Amino acid sequence: MTELDTGAPVVPETAPPDRKTRADKGFLGRAGIVAAVLVVAIVLALVQSGSGLVVWQSVVTGILTGGLYGLIAMGLTLIFGVLDIVNFAHGAFLAVAMFISFGMVQATGLHPYLTLVVAVPVLFLLGAAVHRGLLSGAGGRSLENQLLITLGLSLLLENGLLMFFGAEPKTIALPGDFQFPLLGAVVAGSRLYAFLGAIVLGGLLYWLLRRTRLGTAIRAVAANAPGASLVGINVRRMHTLTFAIGTACAGAAAVLAGPLVTVTPTLGEQFNITAFVVVVLGGMGNVVGALVGGLLIGLVEQLTTIYLGGQSSLLGVFVVFVLVLFLRPQGLFGRRA
Amino acid sequence: MSIVEVSGVGKAFRGVHALSDVDLSVAEGEILGVIGPNGAGKTTLFNVISGALSPDTGRVRLAGDDVTGRAPDRIARAGMVRTFQLMRPFASMTVAQNVSLAAQHHRLSAKALREHALDVVERVGLGPWAHRNATDLPTAGLKRLELARALATRPKVLLLDEVLAGLVPAEREPVLDLLATLREQEGVTLVFIEHIMAAVMRLADRVLVLDQGRVLAVGSPEAVTSDPRVIDAYLGEEPTHADA
Amino acid sequence: MSITIEAPAGSSEAVKAPPLRPQNKQLAILAVLVLVAIPLPLILPAAQGAVAVRILIFLLMAVGWNIMSGFGGMFSFGHAAYFGLGAYTSAYLLVKHNVSPWIGMLAGMAVAAAVAVVIGYFSFRYKLQGAYFALATFAFAEMLRLIVTSSAFANKSVGYSVPLIQDSSLWLIQFPADSPAYFWVALVLAGAAVAISIVFLHSRAGRYVTAIRDDELAAASLGAPVLRHKLMTVALSAAITAVAGAFYTQYYLFVNPDLGFGSAISIQAIVPVVIGGIGTVWGPVVGAIIIGSLTDVTATLLRTPPEFLGFLQGRSGLDVVLYAVLVILIVRLLPKGIVGTLAARWRR
Repeated sequence: MTELDTGAPVVPETAPPDRKTRADKGFLGRAGIVAAVLVVAIVLALVQSGSGLVVWQSVVTGILTGGLYGLIAMGLTLIFGVLDIVNFAHGAFLAVAMFISFGMVQATGLHPYLTLVVAVPVLFLLGAAVHRGLLSGAGGRSLENQLLITLGLSLLLENGLLMFFGAEPKTIALPGDFQFPLLGAVVAGSRLYAFLGAIVLGGLLYWLLRRTRLGTAIRAVAANAPGASLVGINVRRMHTLTFAIGTACAGAAAVLAGPLVTVTPTLGEQFNITAFVVVVLGGMGNVVGALVGGLLIGLVEQLTTIYLGGQSSLLGVFVVFVLVLFLRPQGLFGRRA
Repeated sequence: MSIVEVSGVGKAFRGVHALSDVDLSVAEGEILGVIGPNGAGKTTLFNVISGALSPDTGRVRLAGDDVTGRAPDRIARAGMVRTFQLMRPFASMTVAQNVSLAAQHHRLSAKALREHALDVVERVGLGPWAHRNATDLPTAGLKRLELARALATRPKVLLLDEVLAGLVPAEREPVLDLLATLREQEGVTLVFIEHIMAAVMRLADRVLVLDQGRVLAVGSPEAVTSDPRVIDAYLGEEPTHADA
Repeated sequence: MSITIEAPAGSSEAVKAPPLRPQNKQLAILAVLVLVAIPLPLILPAAQGAVAVRILIFLLMAVGWNIMSGFGGMFSFGHAAYFGLGAYTSAYLLVKHNVSPWIGMLAGMAVAAAVAVVIGYFSFRYKLQGAYFALATFAFAEMLRLIVTSSAFANKSVGYSVPLIQDSSLWLIQFPADSPAYFWVALVLAGAAVAISIVFLHSRAGRYVTAIRDDELAAASLGAPVLRHKLMTVALSAAITAVAGAFYTQYYLFVNPDLGFGSAISIQAIVPVVIGGIGTVWGPVVGAIIIGSLTDVTATLLRTPPEFLGFLQGRSGLDVVLYAVLVILIVRLLPKGIVGTLAARWRR
């Protein structure tokens, strides 16, 4: 677990040993500050609400939801770390996968989680096609072009869904869903499954990147694409694969999140915004950072609801976002560029 | 009185000392050559003096004013202007527009500004290119554009970062002549980084040698090139006497 | 220098110097365009008249975005912030204090410019660049939307409705629904915005802005006052976008947090410019005409769809799908946009 704790970025560690300990010290310091801020935030929430149960419920919900945010953000951060693409269409991919899941459940009565078997490969192929067709080559090179293409793509996908499925909100029911108490807090089974699923998939992705030949090749491309191509790695193929894996993560997250939300063509937007915040918080390109960032943002969202009530949960998320952008743009777990 | 005064300047990147404790003083109207092996910190020194980077330690003074850490545009308007080793033209503008931009802060009339720009363009030998897009220029032309823009600001001090690199010997002569004229006729102070030793020997009043971020030697060109420590630093990277 | 670099190959005669005031020609073209447009609402049927007004609103937003992101190269994903501030400031002053929307528009411009300067100052101070800058602008717009949505002060998610008056009044910018006066007011505003963008681009400040976009450090090293000009650019851009917001509220008589600050608004400011040509004077004009009429064309098409599109009857979203496809195609195939590509052809 110690390797996990250093928040290993996609880019392999290259700092000499003496500086690694210094980086670790800085990391511990930052982790301490984050923990301290969290404790203060929770205490404030206690004072504000006057009820330990309300705060405990928020913390539990926040962490469970945060796992999902982490999974969504992992795909986004992977794409950023390896391809340097800020993918504005990530949320739209998520929405597409959710409608695939919804459609299959409607049509065949399948258990929602079983639609993973279709949604993930379809999203993988969709991602590969989008990268090959739209983002690779000269036209997709500049940052502005990538932003505009993925923005156009997200509009295209969302409004395509709107045209075919209409704007009426839909729900995906989880058969045999249940609720259970956890030290006083109420936890829905679907939420717990989604969290556990996110952790398992996140672990799988981490294993893929760290322990397989494919992962090594991807990390090599991220660290130094020209160098990687010199040792015989097909850089373009690795880019396509990475983009596809990133969108497949969105697909998996969509299926897990399906029973928790009302499904609409534009629901991806909310997740997209949150995922960006998580990615920046965890350090762009840092997969483990994304998971930790997801948990933090899940908590921030819930606690903001306690402070301000109602619709403003995202406001706290944005305040954190802007602070991180200005004060630590490399993220909590990244190194200064 | 010295017009540029650098004292105790240090700058580190991620624990690597690019400059440590550099002192340097340039008299008004002097021509100072800066030499040193690759990676010695020459361009970093320019970046610090011109305000592109702020130093970790030490001060930079221009005509007695402390300009340490001041924004590069303010330092440029105060009369100290640098060129870049890698040419950085404004890609969407013509050669004349590139040059005219550099003189804008003198608040000339539109007509006077244009005439001044065309004058400078002629002076560096880019006349036929004046109304062409800057990116159409060949390398030698881009080098001259760097110089032209710097001249158009009417600088008191010019910091030149390898203006001769990439030019064939025949192209270097006119540039060297121009620099000599600048000092004689307009009293411009020149600090120039150069790898081509013949140019340094010909132009410089004094030479400063940087090695691994430290000042290794300062003195007349002859004294410096015969200094055993300098020869040592250049071992394996023989100064290119025969180049020009 | 004794040796002149030889004239570029293939040009026997010297390239002619550009005119001393290139803006004069562009302003003349603009004047002709405006004159031609004046009788339009009298000729067009009422439905098309509404399309024409919408085109002019798009044009205002596009011109505003183009100044910051095209001329200045600071890619904004959050222009809804300035549109919404313009809309809300004028609506608030009108509804709560009975202030003329003209004054409200000026106040909205001032508020938007001030907010833009504050956001800009922090972004430049902390050197946010590229994707980070785009994300920050986006975050600020979303924050404003959330703040407005949860402020009783701004009527929360309900927003403001403009109080209706009996007859028409230029002072209150309110006319009968199909009056050509709305078009003329919008035409004056949009024409002025394009004129300002032309004058700005060719001013000394505009040239500094262009140089800073091309290469910030090089420009600074030649004495270009970087921070001041960047802030000036974002302020001008925000002020023009605020005019669009204020006029929008008067025309549609209504604004709420999503219509004012929604991310769709930011996208509507970007898309026409991308299609027309980022950083060109006429790109926003061409793009606004295309995007503004596209919505109308698809709406007509779907009202009585041809047989093969029958399944789409009554569905929404086709217009956005079409312009999304257009954006992707333009970025892939004509990265300089329609106007930029034509201009490049012309020069060869």
